[in-house]
Amino acid sequence: MELYELTVHELQELLAGGITSSAEIVKSVLARIDAVEDQVKSFITVTREQALDKARQVDAQGSYQGLAGIPMGLKDNICTRGVKTTCASRMLADFIPPYESTVSRRLDQQGSVLVGKLNMDEFAMGSSTENSAFFATRNPWDLTKVPGGSSGGSAAAVAAGQIPFSLGSDTGGSIRQPAAYCGVVGMKPTYGRVSRWGVVAYASSLDQVGVLSKDVRDNAMIMQIIAGHDPLDSNCVDLAVPDYVAGLDGSVRGMRIAYPREYFGVGVNESVRDLVMQALKKYQELGAIVEEASLPHSEYALPAYYLLGPAEASANLACFDGVRFGCRDNTAENVVDMFSGTRDHGFGDEVKRRIMLGTFALSSGYYDAYYLNALKVRRLIANDFTKVFNDYDIIIAPTTPTTAFGLGEQRGDLLTIYMNDVLTVPVNMAGLPGISIPCGFTGGLPVGMQIIGKAFDEATVYKAAYAFEQNTDFHTIKPQLGVR
Amino acid sequence: MALTIKEVEHVAQLARLKLTEEEKVKFAQQLSTVLDYADTLNAISTEGVEPLIHILPIRNVFREDQRKPSMEREEILANAPLAEGFQYKVPKIM
Repeated sequence: MELYELTVHELQELLAGGITSSAEIVKSVLARIDAVEDQVKSFITVTREQALDKARQVDAQGSYQGLAGIPMGLKDNICTRGVKTTCASRMLADFIPPYESTVSRRLDQQGSVLVGKLNMDEFAMGSSTENSAFFATRNPWDLTKVPGGSSGGSAAAVAAGQIPFSLGSDTGGSIRQPAAYCGVVGMKPTYGRVSRWGVVAYASSLDQVGVLSKDVRDNAMIMQIIAGHDPLDSNCVDLAVPDYVAGLDGSVRGMRIAYPREYFGVGVNESVRDLVMQALKKYQELGAIVEEASLPHSEYALPAYYLLGPAEASANLACFDGVRFGCRDNTAENVVDMFSGTRDHGFGDEVKRRIMLGTFALSSGYYDAYYLNALKVRRLIANDFTKVFNDYDIIIAPTTPTTAFGLGEQRGDLLTIYMNDVLTVPVNMAGLPGISIPCGFTGGLPVGMQIIGKAFDEATVYKAAYAFEQNTDFHTIKPQLGVR
Repeated sequence: MALTIKEVEHVAQLARLKLTEEEKVKFAQQLSTVLDYADTLNAISTEGVEPLIHILPIRNVFREDQRKPSMEREEILANAPLAEGFQYKVPKIM
């Protein structure tokens, strides 16, 4: 085994045992990036020298606490002071943040070593990472397929062994969907669980930062560090964070699990459905109570999301006007032309589309019929979950209707590409925690199972995910990159 | 609902986006497709339903007003497309 193949907790053991050093680990990861990056293309920036420097600093301290010496990768919408943060957009191609996000600061203070910034759909809008203004990332399981998105670089890098863990962000499925497509573990915590200070906003009532990792234990451990109150994000709730790792006891005996019939219906690939049903059987064998339930408004989540997400984006992205940061149209002779010229040049198609859609949904004469009505539908969707959670501890469903699709296959076909998120968007609408873990393979591609929990009950989600992982070996199967 | 080119021009103007004639045609068609999809929401009654504006049961979050160091002015201005002294420079406004 090479160091780059190991999980975070395995690396921690080697460091604690004096068997390796952070510099060795970082070199192994950098060598892996060099070996496979031309195939996977998950990094926008690799912070090579800075990473080696920090690793040597950590090694010089002589002992390894917390995440000391463990490499990390961050989605490129997470601000890192002094390190370019582009949101995969021409608009921010040269943006160097003057401040550090809370999540990256917490990991940095724990001793984690930033190795690079990861590719994404521009401003986190997309489901394939093909909307990056720079290049498309490829799925390590099949280089002709997309890695999913918008946190496609974050998922592909973990799957390819380029980084032991990464952070992503999830507004409508942007952590869970790429985690499913790349066969890794991806957690979107409860809305308000993790600070978003320093994370470039897409849709503020839905955005959450979360963790992508090789296994559930790593994910729970990293979440423990980034979760919890931050006075700099007033939506980040002041609630104690339980010890997630301590709760991983491998037991689901007596746990009440619902599987919503709407998530197994039309549009869901038969093999995907079968694998998730088999997983539910496994839970039953392990002593859980598994029953069918209903979330009747599920089909309305996606259309409502494509009004609310864009509406919020149209407001959030108004700050990109060429005045204080980002690119600028220098040909304009007055300030209004400068604004629109800058935005025309700086934004890609999908970003423009969502800004237009959101501006329309909020515009005079259409606000009530579109925006306000979508907010009412959001209430109905959230109420569905509340009802099911009166009787059940967790909800299990497929993460996505299909496995990863081909690069370029869905380009331009908006509704088809939006459907990738049909099973993840409702969870954002209700603000709940959701994880995707590998539950099998079909056609050589990984399939993800989604576990949804009650608000602020990530602990039960992790516990259930861990029990499944311990009783299956899907997480140990790795893509065969470099074998050409 | 189908958007006309004129409506697309109006929305683009509100959003401060400069669109080419080609883009206007493309966006009119694409946005109409998404809005048609959004119209499927009309199949359910939302009468009497309270809009969900905020998912968390929190209202305003207050803190004490304290003096703290702000970000470095030079670091912030280093990202400006055009600055002069300690100010942003923009084309003429009037």
